[in-house]
Amino acid sequence: MLDFGLLSAVFGGLMIGAAAALFFWLNGRIAGISGIFGDLLFDRRSGHWPWRLTFLAGLLLGYLAIRAWRPELGEINLQSGPVGMIVAGLLVGYGTRMGNGCTSGHGICGIARLSPRSFAATGTFMLAAILTVALLRHSGVFA
Amino acid sequence: MRPLVALGCGTLFGAGLTLSGMTDPARVLGFLDVLGSWDPTLAFVMAAALALSLPAVQWVRRHPRPLLDSQYFVPEQTRIDAKLLLGAVLFGVGWGIAGLCPGPALASLAAGVPEVLLFVVAMAVGMALRHLQERRSADARDAGSES
Repeated sequence: MLDFGLLSAVFGGLMIGAAAALFFWLNGRIAGISGIFGDLLFDRRSGHWPWRLTFLAGLLLGYLAIRAWRPELGEINLQSGPVGMIVAGLLVGYGTRMGNGCTSGHGICGIARLSPRSFAATGTFMLAAILTVALLRHSGVFA
Repeated sequence: MRPLVALGCGTLFGAGLTLSGMTDPARVLGFLDVLGSWDPTLAFVMAAALALSLPAVQWVRRHPRPLLDSQYFVPEQTRIDAKLLLGAVLFGVGWGIAGLCPGPALASLAAGVPEVLLFVVAMAVGMALRHLQERRSADARDAGSES
């Protein structure tokens, strides 16, 4: 028997992989979201803002399309309050800029290119995230 | 044409993130919570994405250039240095706190949840801090080489 959660994970993953591969095949570029967002903000002179803006706009459209089809898939169950969101956002922004990528750029595109840097970065941020959740939920210090 | 391709690829990417459950912080933290009631489902997202993109990207690279541009734009660095690893650690800690990484955070901005907007603004500020820091050290290097 096939579970809908598992099926949607696999099909969602295939769509992400297809989007990254198509973008590389057609435009020759890495679908790394932190890079596209950061360069849209800070690389004003190169004339690359149109495709960066449309790519990011597409992310929102994709979310809305899936939510229109199945509203429960659009659910956002927040796991931290405003202070947690600010601290997390600062770390994610600073860290992805310092480490040249996030889950998409390193985890999908970089590994698909067999980049040693992306293997190292992906292993590191996965481990750091797992340890952070373990510490926050199970150490008794923050609970 | 290239902005249109980017719109299509971005839409497919955002739809994939949403369908797979990556836009729900509760699902993401459930996946990262290996000591708790671990939900391994999201591992299939990355596995499926790579099962398709890895052979596809290797096939693309056999061609001298992409269809719509004169060259591929890939990072030239190859060294695994402290900057890469420390950056990945900081990103991982932030991901583990909120259960949001950049793609899902931007995609779910469309839901209009104020906390997600707060995360994205803080993310932009974090990027700006790093950007300023790098520009300052580049300026210092330039000043040093001139003297």
